[in-house]
Amino acid sequence: MKTVRLEIDGRSAEVPEGTRLWDAALSLGIEIPVLCHDPNLTPVGVCRMCAVQVEGERVLTAACVREVAEGMVVRTATDKIERCRDVLTELLLSEQPARSARQATTGDDALLALAAERGVARGRLPAAGSGRGSDDSSPVIAVDHQACILCDRCIRACDDLQHNDVIGRTGKGYTTRIAFDLDQPMGDSSCVSCGECVAACPTGALTNHALGAAVRPVAELASVDSVCPYCGVGCAIRYHADPAENRIVFAEGREGSGNQGRLCVKGRYGFDYVSHPQRLTRPLIRVDYPKRALSPEVESSRRIQGSGKGKGKGKGEGKGKGEGKGKGKGGGRRHIVDYDQVLPAFREASWDEALDVVAERLGAIRQDHGPGALAGFGSAKCSNEEAYLFQKLVRAVFGTNNVDHCTRLCHASSVAALLQMIGSGAVTTTFGDIENSDFALITGTNTTANHPVAATFFKQAAARGAKLLVVDPIRNPIADHAWRFCQIRPGTDVAFYNGMMNVIIAEGLVDTDYVSRFTTDFDAVASTVARYTPRVAAGICGISEDILREVAIEYGKARAAITFWGMGMSQHVHGTDNCRCIISLCLMTGNVGRPGTGLHPLRGQNNVQGASDAGLIPMSYPDYQPVTSNEARAHYEAAWGRPLDPKAGLTTVEITEAAREGQVKGMYILGENPFLSDPNTNLVREALTRLDFLVVQDIFLTETAEFADVILPATSALEKAGTFTNTDRRVQLGHPVLRAPGDARLDWQIICEIATRMGYPMRYDDAAEIFAELVSHSNSYRGLTHENLGEGGKLYPCPDPDRSEGTVVMFGDGFPTENGRARFVAADHKGADELPDDAYPLVLITGRVLEHWHTGQMTRRSYALDAIEPDAFVSLHPADAAAAAIADGDWVRLTSRRGEITLAARIQEGTQPGSVFVPFHFREAGANTLTTDQLDPDGKIPEFKFCAVRLSKSLSSPEA
Amino acid sequence: MIGETLRARIDAEIARFPVKRGGLLGALHIVQEGQGCVSLAASKELAAIFDVFPVEVIELVRFYNFFHESPRGRHQVYVCTNLPCALRGANVLLKGLEQHLGVGVGETTADGRVHLGREECLGACANAPMIRVGGVYHEDLDLAGACAVLDALE
Repeated sequence: MKTVRLEIDGRSAEVPEGTRLWDAALSLGIEIPVLCHDPNLTPVGVCRMCAVQVEGERVLTAACVREVAEGMVVRTATDKIERCRDVLTELLLSEQPARSARQATTGDDALLALAAERGVARGRLPAAGSGRGSDDSSPVIAVDHQACILCDRCIRACDDLQHNDVIGRTGKGYTTRIAFDLDQPMGDSSCVSCGECVAACPTGALTNHALGAAVRPVAELASVDSVCPYCGVGCAIRYHADPAENRIVFAEGREGSGNQGRLCVKGRYGFDYVSHPQRLTRPLIRVDYPKRALSPEVESSRRIQGSGKGKGKGKGEGKGKGEGKGKGKGGGRRHIVDYDQVLPAFREASWDEALDVVAERLGAIRQDHGPGALAGFGSAKCSNEEAYLFQKLVRAVFGTNNVDHCTRLCHASSVAALLQMIGSGAVTTTFGDIENSDFALITGTNTTANHPVAATFFKQAAARGAKLLVVDPIRNPIADHAWRFCQIRPGTDVAFYNGMMNVIIAEGLVDTDYVSRFTTDFDAVASTVARYTPRVAAGICGISEDILREVAIEYGKARAAITFWGMGMSQHVHGTDNCRCIISLCLMTGNVGRPGTGLHPLRGQNNVQGASDAGLIPMSYPDYQPVTSNEARAHYEAAWGRPLDPKAGLTTVEITEAAREGQVKGMYILGENPFLSDPNTNLVREALTRLDFLVVQDIFLTETAEFADVILPATSALEKAGTFTNTDRRVQLGHPVLRAPGDARLDWQIICEIATRMGYPMRYDDAAEIFAELVSHSNSYRGLTHENLGEGGKLYPCPDPDRSEGTVVMFGDGFPTENGRARFVAADHKGADELPDDAYPLVLITGRVLEHWHTGQMTRRSYALDAIEPDAFVSLHPADAAAAAIADGDWVRLTSRRGEITLAARIQEGTQPGSVFVPFHFREAGANTLTTDQLDPDGKIPEFKFCAVRLSKSLSSPEA
Repeated sequence: MIGETLRARIDAEIARFPVKRGGLLGALHIVQEGQGCVSLAASKELAAIFDVFPVEVIELVRFYNFFHESPRGRHQVYVCTNLPCALRGANVLLKGLEQHLGVGVGETTADGRVHLGREECLGACANAPMIRVGGVYHEDLDLAGACAVLDALE
């Protein structure tokens, strides 16, 4: 790299060509004051505070934007410069409101700090530009236009970091101010409340609203570095908490991890569920028998109805071409469970009594009916340590492999295909590696809602010129950033990708060198896709032959193509086939194993990767050692000192079915809520009712817990130490921020107590000791300890944790299979299990929304998230709405062969005609009342993304 | 709604530029001329047509004095009051026109005939003072001349 020599304040510096003066000065330890500049943002030089003197020039120049030049002589602090800065500071100060909202909240008003440092006081100059107003319409962000110094930081944070492009400037002169969309109130704009603008603002113009506790300066609070408890992106986060009140006050993104300081609305504003008054604080034992559902929403799905004044203003006021989102503000707290309906069925108990009951009843079932009559659901929301102990309990103490968790409902089919074809179920590269790609295939994922911070990097790649090919039956907002968006018919993924591969082979774009060096069985795929000519594929998936050809050719020609997929691919009865196709596509073009290439199934929950790594799945011990392998079993029998079940256990939906049939009689459910999350709710209800004994361990009284015999109060992710492994294979250490409420106990300690009381003493001093035991069984995690994970965590495998962040790109030189090669596996288009017909003419696709997560236990108890998105809804295309005479906000009934729900209609262009979308978070209109429990044969994942429904206008409001 | 006729003119404007968004300023003029203003609804439509974010349209509309977001009478009359015009009596002229029309700056006559506004420099300094009526400049004016121009408007 060419360097440039220059002199700054009499000292010489040598910096790379293109360096800005501000950075060059910093490299010498000279800090030039700035207001508009932030090293994360593109410099714009609007505040002029960093003005410096370049020798020989007539006027001062802004150091943040000025590039260095050979031989430049710069002075950063002459009398003239200091005078200019003082005047500038005083001018800015004169416009400021009397009280800085920032100083009063987070206490980091950069302008006031600068004024104090320079000894500049206000008062001498008249305030000319008053009356720009304020805006309190957002539930999370307060806008005080009067405090705005027009530094453009929020605009750049919104545009260049989050790529939401909501904020701009309007007006001129003294009336200039920032504006949202069409200068709407922030709360009515397309703002997604990520709070990046608040983080970037140097004054009181954009500040955080209080969420349960008044926002106070960092100096008065205890700051703890941890990991966001929500999605699989695993953002590094810093919580500022009030130890006396035991409450989190506010949260900030942290550098050093994959998120690079960015957060989304859930991470930044969704923490107050931890302090919700409904937290469970004492063990509960059921007194109400025979067992039955306790709240009306759980008792009967047919009667369950959404509520709320659902006139969602669903029109796309929004930014860009995306969909609007109805934001009925009336939601409030009406839709979480009413404890008065549920608690009378239970009595409080001591830990000793509750744990004894659990151990005794589970032990008796094991004794009377054999180990196979027991089963456990662990949780992807819990730590690696807890996942490891939970599966150890089920395997070594219960004596069965009937242990599973929500991976079965999210990426089981992806993992099945990956293990079969490339010998490893984890991602081959990180989401951030898209910065090295010139092409990205993004399919079956509403990334901006479900992995919002990962999506910012995708949007950033698109802005830099990488071609995004977005393939999805629903036009989600990421499609606005796409080079091509292919809205395929639901359930036709295999045909689309086989068509692409057909073109790639026909056009001679196969990387034959890669295929011959690193793969086998290419011919099997070649002969299958030969039948999927563009015409055939187009006929099935509904994308024109020309587009299919065009996207295939561009993909085939890409220098480095990366592939991201979500549950739109995996949650089908042909989910494994879907994934096989994109893996084949990747392999035949050699798009794996190099920077900017690879396969990345975006994992849904914060620790779904880690829970699977730790063996919380019925077919494998930790690190994917098959339970059917004699060698692996012998290893764990020796390590755990108990005989282990040689048969693979039942998967999630199979366990529910076995419970319904009376074969599984006792269950331990930790942090899962199958009543809402599993398919075909009516069957789940039957299964839960039929269990002889159910113990539920959770932080709130879930719908599932209504069927429990014992409920154990657990700790949230923000109250305990433990590691979480994100979608990137990044193992990060979460630190406790708060004390657990009441008598709630650490989850791993509860597991140990149950094991010990069942005759298998389990004792650990702390989570670090459990982690060490997990690592001792895992080649992937080898070398990792709580101590060496550091602030940003490590990407496993990490052979040298002391010196390296770990492995970003895997499989550059072959695959962890027997012959070191990946194996092509062909797939044919089979179609969904339940196709639409005259009686049920529409396709139901279920999924999630930005503000909510899983079954809403946490997010619906977070004030801001609930306020932004309070109600259940179904989105449908204007044509389908018109056909059924349904207007936006009308109440509609959705009926499938399995059940019926009533909820508000949201009319959205992005939903494909002939299909409807319902998020599954909402207990008052549980989407899974409608879904089918048919499974993918390999991944055993249910078909959440396709079943047949009919839609009708509901004549009466459910509140009537 | 931006109708077919205006849309055709906008498409022709777009065709003049190497990148689509280059035509946005021209499109705003076309819409204002055709609809009497650039409404928020029109801004939103333009954002979709030009494949830009809504805030990018509103930034333009709000920056330039010659766009307005609600209708402003049949004829828009603007008086330049920047320095050269001011030195040659533009402010007196403006006051006089206020009296003549019976409205203040930024207001429209009750019959909706004339909207009177103040304008930044229109590049006619050599012939100050001046007024702009729609797209037409009237220069070297005195109050009587200006009133005559206004009286001649329908």
